[in-house]
Amino acid sequence: MDTPKRILVACGTAIATSTVVAKGIEEALKERGISSVMIRQCKASEVRSLVDGVNLIVTTTPVPTDLNVPVIQTLAFLTGIGKEEVIEQIIEALKD
Amino acid sequence: MSSVIAELLQPSCVLLQRTYDNPEDIIRAIGNELYKAGFVKESFAQAAIEREKNLPTGLPLAGGINAAIPHTEIEHVIKPALGLVTLSNEVNFQNMVCPQEAVPVRMVFILALEQPKAQIEMLQEIASVLQNPELVEKLLQANTFAEVITELKK
Repeated sequence: MDTPKRILVACGTAIATSTVVAKGIEEALKERGISSVMIRQCKASEVRSLVDGVNLIVTTTPVPTDLNVPVIQTLAFLTGIGKEEVIEQIIEALKD
Repeated sequence: MSSVIAELLQPSCVLLQRTYDNPEDIIRAIGNELYKAGFVKESFAQAAIEREKNLPTGLPLAGGINAAIPHTEIEHVIKPALGLVTLSNEVNFQNMVCPQEAVPVRMVFILALEQPKAQIEMLQEIASVLQNPELVEKLLQANTFAEVITELKK
């Protein structure tokens, strides 16, 4: 079995916007039949300590850029602007 | 449609067609109303103001009328609530994802969340309001609390 891919979803406080983003990613991937993905929410300030084993970081607020993990900075799950594009980017980033 | 939002909004915490100079004044005004109504602690407004400075919440929207969603740590909240401010003038917030960029805002949802990762329906409804330029426009035109609720429930 494939090891599940891990996405870290970050925002400022880990209570509001990352909840919407995590749910949005989960639903978008499910619609496309992608299920083996683990999503964890965190504060932007926690990203550095949680990045081990993570395949992709999706964030609504700036995060460090030296983490050696792809980072997608986006408001698309909140505003709807460019959402399809971002979902494609996420799927692309999760491919080996 | 937006029934959770409609339920969480209280008349005293919906300030329509107001004029403010800056995000601080907006957050303080609505924070005081949420405090008086018993939803948040007295510390909420100041905490949300500080949070907005460090981690801004301005969101450029598709219809050109932009919004902000100030909020803060759960420790300042007593029970979940929502405040809404619509503005006659544009007030500059900073962009959430790109804080050096100013976003002229006319609609502000203040979120009082008491549990991490909870109130998902409320948050998703807010996102769907933000993604609906027609509804945003209608909310900006609303003069009364009743009109706001009517538009949200359509």
